Order: sequence, then C-alpha cells, then structure tokens
Amino acid sequence: MKNLNSVFAAYLVAWGIFFVYYLTVARRAAALREELEKLKNSLPRNK
Amino acid sequence: MKKQAAYAAFVVLLLAAAAYAAFFIAPTDARQGVVYRIIFLHVPCAETGLLSFFVCFVGNVAYVLKRDAKWDWLGVSAAEVGLAFTTACLVTGPIWAKPVWGIWWTWDARLTSTAVLWLLYVAYLLLRSLIEEPERRALLSALFGIFAFIDVPLVFGSIRWWRTQHPQPVIMGGPGSGLDPTMKAVLFFCWAPMLALMVLLMQSRYRLEAMRGDLDVVRREMETA
Repeated sequence: MKNLNSVFAAYLVAWGIFFVYYLTVARRAAALREELEKLKNSLPRNK
Repeated sequence: MKKQAAYAAFVVLLLAAAAYAAFFIAPTDARQGVVYRIIFLHVPCAETGLLSFFVCFVGNVAYVLKRDAKWDWLGVSAAEVGLAFTTACLVTGPIWAKPVWGIWWTWDARLTSTAVLWLLYVAYLLLRSLIEEPERRALLSALFGIFAFIDVPLVFGSIRWWRTQHPQPVIMGGPGSGLDPTMKAVLFFCWAPMLALMVLLMQSRYRLEAMRGDLDVVRREMETA
C-alpha cells in the first residue's frame, strides 16, 4: 500500500477543483439573478 | 432547478462509483503498485479537457460564421470547463509522477504542450475580460479560441510523434501498447462520470452566460428608456 496517500491526495485535489468551480458558477449565477431582478423591477418606474 | 439538482446528485453517485472501481475493482499494477490508480482520474480529466476545448472550438467557429451570441456563450462555457479539467490533469499528473519518476515535472513534449494549452485558454478568458463591447468581445475571443485550438491535436499527438518521459498511449497506441482488460474497462467506466460532470458544468456555465446576455438587454432597454 505504498504511496496510497498520493492516490488520496490526487482524488481530493481533483474533486476539490471541480467542487470549487461549481460553487463559483453557482455564486456568480445567484449574483446575476439578483442584479437582473433589481433591474427588471426598476424598469417600469423609469418609463 | 430540481432537474439540475437531481442530475448533480447522479453525477456525484457516478463519481463515487468510479472511485470505488478505481480503488477496489482494478488490479494493482505489478511495477507501479497502488499509485498507478491515479490514471483512472488523470486520464479521464485530460481527455475530457480536450473534448471541452473541442466544444469551445465548435462554438468559436460557429460564432464567426453565424454571429449568434449563443455560440459565444457555448465557447466561453466550454473554455472554462476545459480549463477546470486541464487544471485537474496538471495537478494529478505530478502527484503520480513524483513517486514513479522521482520528479514532479519535466519539460517533455506532452507536459509542455499541456501547460501551453492551459495558458492559452487562460489568455482566452483574460482577453474576454478586457473587452467591454459584447460583439467585439465575442468575435475577437472566437478568433483567438480558434488559434488556441491548434495546440489540442499537438497535445493528443505529442506522445505518439515524439519520445517523451510521459508514458506512451495505452489506448489508440501503437503495436504492443494496451492495458489489462479489467484496467481498460475500469478506465472507460471512470471516464463516464467525467463526461457527465462536463455536461453538468457546461450547462450551469452556459445558463450563467445566457443570464449575462439578458442583463445586457435589460441594461440597453434602460438606457433607451
């Protein structure tokens, strides 16, 4: 079982990269959704 | 939203099943020992990254020909996802290399061309962040993306055309190459969750870009109002 730590490290790091990326996309989407709603709500008032 | 959550849960299950297969079903390699199991992660990440860049290339070419923003959205989504997979590939490779080669990195054709590929798509995303006007940004980044894609066949062919420190191909390689049938089956099985993950990430990123497009429309409406 020599180097088993390396295998675990590789899996942890790779899954971490995908998880963090998915999280950043979800956060960016939530921020945009919020901004879009704000703008849509303010649109009739401007007209 | 519920469908996406269900699909995400399905991808997580597939990833867990692939890890189980890599750890418990694939036999231990006689020469490398247990550390070779990293290939069940590293190779699918590398191949999925190249596939994502191919999708980006398709989006870039289609944008240049049709000038439809949807192709631009596909291009940037695929570039980012490809970059995530290539980053995972570039990180897991050295973790495998250190115990097997005794070094983390070497500037051979495969490793260098992959590092260049990573830098090219970082440059693609940086270029996009520097241009404000949407049509100009889409066109220039599409042209740059088409240029960047030239490196993809170089990465794929590098271990076939040149002698490298990186192992020779075990799939679609020359005579005498190949894998034990169980290892090969596990490798293909481990690729499935990566493809499913690619679809999930690309869909999410595409939706984000579509939302940005909507936001631009609303902003323009506000300016003209």
